[in-house]
Amino acid sequence: MPYTIDINGVRRTVDVDGDMPLLWVLRDVLDLKGSKYGCGIGLCGACTVHLDGSPTRSCMLPISGIGLAKVVTIEGIGETPLGRRIQGAWLDIDVIQCGYCQAGQIMSAAALLARTPHPNDRDIDRAMAGTLCRCGTYPRIRAAIKKAAGLSIADTRTP
Amino acid sequence: MTAPGRKAAVTSVQPRGAGASRRVFLTASAALGGGLLLHAVLPDLACAETAHRRLATARPLNAFIAIAPDGIVTIIAKNPEIGQGVKTMLPMLIAEELDVDWKDVRTEQADLDVAKYGRQFAGGSTATPLNWEPMRRVGAAGRAMLVAAAARIWGVAPSACSTAAGIVHHAASGRTLSYGVLVEKAALLPVPNLETVRLKDPKDFTIIGQPLPGVDNRSIVTGKPLFGIDVASPGMLYAVFEKCPVFGGKVGRANTDAIKRLSGVRDAFVVEGGNNPLGLVGGVAIVADSWWAASKARKQLQVTWDEGPTAEQSSAGFASAAQELAKRPPARWLRRDGDAAAAFARAARTIEAAYFYPFLAHLDLEPQNCTARVRAGKVEIWAPTQDPEGGARMVAATLRVPESNVLVHVTRVGGGFGRRLRNDYMAEAAWIARQVGRPVKLLWSRQDDIQHDFYRPAGFHFLKGGVKGDGTLVALTDHFVTFGHGDQVAASAGLGQTEFPAQFVDNLEFGMSLLPLGVPTGPLRAPGANALAFVFQSFLDELAHVAGKDPLAFHLALLGRRREPLNASAGSNPEHGLDAGRLRGVLELVAEKSGWTKRHLLPKGTGMGIASYFCHLGYFAEVVRATVVSSGTVKVDKVWVAGDIGSQIINPSNAENQVQGAVLDGIGEALGQAITIERGRVVEANFDTVPLLRIHQAPPVEVHFRITEHPPTGLGEPALPPVIPALCNAIFAATGKRIRSLPIDTTQLRRA
Repeated sequence: MPYTIDINGVRRTVDVDGDMPLLWVLRDVLDLKGSKYGCGIGLCGACTVHLDGSPTRSCMLPISGIGLAKVVTIEGIGETPLGRRIQGAWLDIDVIQCGYCQAGQIMSAAALLARTPHPNDRDIDRAMAGTLCRCGTYPRIRAAIKKAAGLSIADTRTP
Repeated sequence: MTAPGRKAAVTSVQPRGAGASRRVFLTASAALGGGLLLHAVLPDLACAETAHRRLATARPLNAFIAIAPDGIVTIIAKNPEIGQGVKTMLPMLIAEELDVDWKDVRTEQADLDVAKYGRQFAGGSTATPLNWEPMRRVGAAGRAMLVAAAARIWGVAPSACSTAAGIVHHAASGRTLSYGVLVEKAALLPVPNLETVRLKDPKDFTIIGQPLPGVDNRSIVTGKPLFGIDVASPGMLYAVFEKCPVFGGKVGRANTDAIKRLSGVRDAFVVEGGNNPLGLVGGVAIVADSWWAASKARKQLQVTWDEGPTAEQSSAGFASAAQELAKRPPARWLRRDGDAAAAFARAARTIEAAYFYPFLAHLDLEPQNCTARVRAGKVEIWAPTQDPEGGARMVAATLRVPESNVLVHVTRVGGGFGRRLRNDYMAEAAWIARQVGRPVKLLWSRQDDIQHDFYRPAGFHFLKGGVKGDGTLVALTDHFVTFGHGDQVAASAGLGQTEFPAQFVDNLEFGMSLLPLGVPTGPLRAPGANALAFVFQSFLDELAHVAGKDPLAFHLALLGRRREPLNASAGSNPEHGLDAGRLRGVLELVAEKSGWTKRHLLPKGTGMGIASYFCHLGYFAEVVRATVVSSGTVKVDKVWVAGDIGSQIINPSNAENQVQGAVLDGIGEALGQAITIERGRVVEANFDTVPLLRIHQAPPVEVHFRITEHPPTGLGEPALPPVIPALCNAIFAATGKRIRSLPIDTTQLRRA
């Protein structure tokens, strides 16, 4: 059946089964392929999008459950000054290895900084622990979040 | 190394829709076997859509370099980018000797075309040693042609001209011409001899040695489709493929008629397949309008399997069989130096220890996938693969078409780690696409990915060591119980005759016994080394403590007995053998940087461990500082790394990133990962039971390089192996408890 949802500020109508997860609507129906499939059960965070600003695993969110909530994806996050700043920090720090998880990392980081503009290392741990990076770019993800927040990028957890 | 986050002077982005720029290619490409071959080839017009666009307006000339009139240089990156940074690094080598400004460089991923580009694969940390000279020579040849063109226009000698940042200068007259203007003429000139073309003095490098960001970074942070999973082809359908959970099993019956009637499903059929796990094995394909529809239909799929003999195998069974084999002499000897039994009899102290490590999966975050189109006997593949050449060969064999009819587009790869040196998913996609007569994207679920891997083989080592009264190691023996059939050791399950400390201990024996295995195995990042470093570097730490020695001093003393490089096999390149001096160098450096001599000041429950390893031509020593709390939980506080990969760190930003990633990968494996076999199948199915390291578990990793007068070598792998024993040795220092089995069992570290 048809569903109309607000994605990156644009209302889009799709005709799909109500149990189709948002991830697959984005990727295979709307051709927004930035959100990634990694585990399908909310363990890896590669599919993270914002639902009314909250970081949400789109692989487990049925299209029928979205209603009027506003969806923002990696393709739209650069429209906000904060999103742009985070993307810029990611480029400055040269965070990326394979890059597959990084959309999820950036979406999780954007949700963190929207809520906590000056996070400490524990805040970063808590907000980012659900988003796996198989390549192990964690030191640079941490540094990039701090840089986007205007903080020193030093790892203060050092013994 | 400095901290991450230096603002690089340059950002480079992938060109999109190259516009109307005229580009001319110069011809010079690396040949198979490390030599260089010059040939005037036209790029294959069928190769890539981008090539079509480019060739519509330009006269092609060289396989790797194209220059537009505005000076924008397009450089082909020939090897698959799996996160190791090769799509940035290989073009850096060409750009350096071409002598252009990096900000004017665009890079493009090559399709598979070995005749044009030479070998195209991502494995074994080989891209640097294999390409360090050839790619620079390709760039230098291009530069020489541009200089010759300018010299001809001006009527001067080429030797009177110089270049910088894409411009040829004639100092005597003050004239200049840009590469963009010269390229048409240059393209008509003879290609210089790549063997003799002059290379830059490293002190004149302007690109090599700079911390340059990855060329695809901007596309990645904005969510552009780059990966195999992102491929779309007109009229494409989506497929899932269910295989027998027991390795080697066959399809009996399947309810494909019922599946075909489900919403969105276009087809469902049994694929017979063959017996080779590297190729197409049997299963049931479901093809649908969306991947979600195919996956949903799969839940209704009922298959009766003929599970075959592997159903008898289990991890527990392997462990008890290994214990039995350990009671007997090894089935064969790999090496017998001196007289170990006599040396043990004379030794002041001896210890015996049994070490174990489990099967591991690769856990690429992008699950295996492939898009295929088969039309009129021609096969077109889009795949995230580490070995497109092997994939094309295998697809051709599976579909019985000539290899020349298989075209492989290499996408960006969401993690390789060795898994994608195998191309089984490619055979599946090609087969399914041919059967349905439409382009098909096959995507494995996470469960498929974990349960149908080529696993790092488990292994059992039964060790004995002896030290003299002065603490010198006099004898060491290992009975390695591993997997194989007859005389054939399973993939990545071997032990080399020169495995350290062989050749450094007078009385040493390596023996091997094999257990039959139906589970496919294969290379995982730093194959062999990722397991053997744990075993031998941990056991040497045990022996150091038995000898009453500082583990660092014990290692240095052991290495000090030999100074010359030791060849892995007779006649091999001396650079390929272990150079004890280089290993000593990184051990001393990491000790200095980590404050090793002050470790007695650490609080109770905190310890430091050290380990070193030589593999993939790289020398690494690492110190881990870890704290074990009363619950037994291990917290890795910090890791210090010292590496020696030769005379040049090509891209310091990526180098640090690779080393940090390798170290964190090793910690993740040690802390929690294992694949368990029961009744011939894998028990684990997702990241809840095979945990990858998460950010809160990732310590700071401080990276130092020791620059030495040796050709530069690779970084993807050699930084991983030492961290696992360094961590286990740190746990011993913190608790007095020795980790002899992976993953680390924290319950045995609990304090009452």
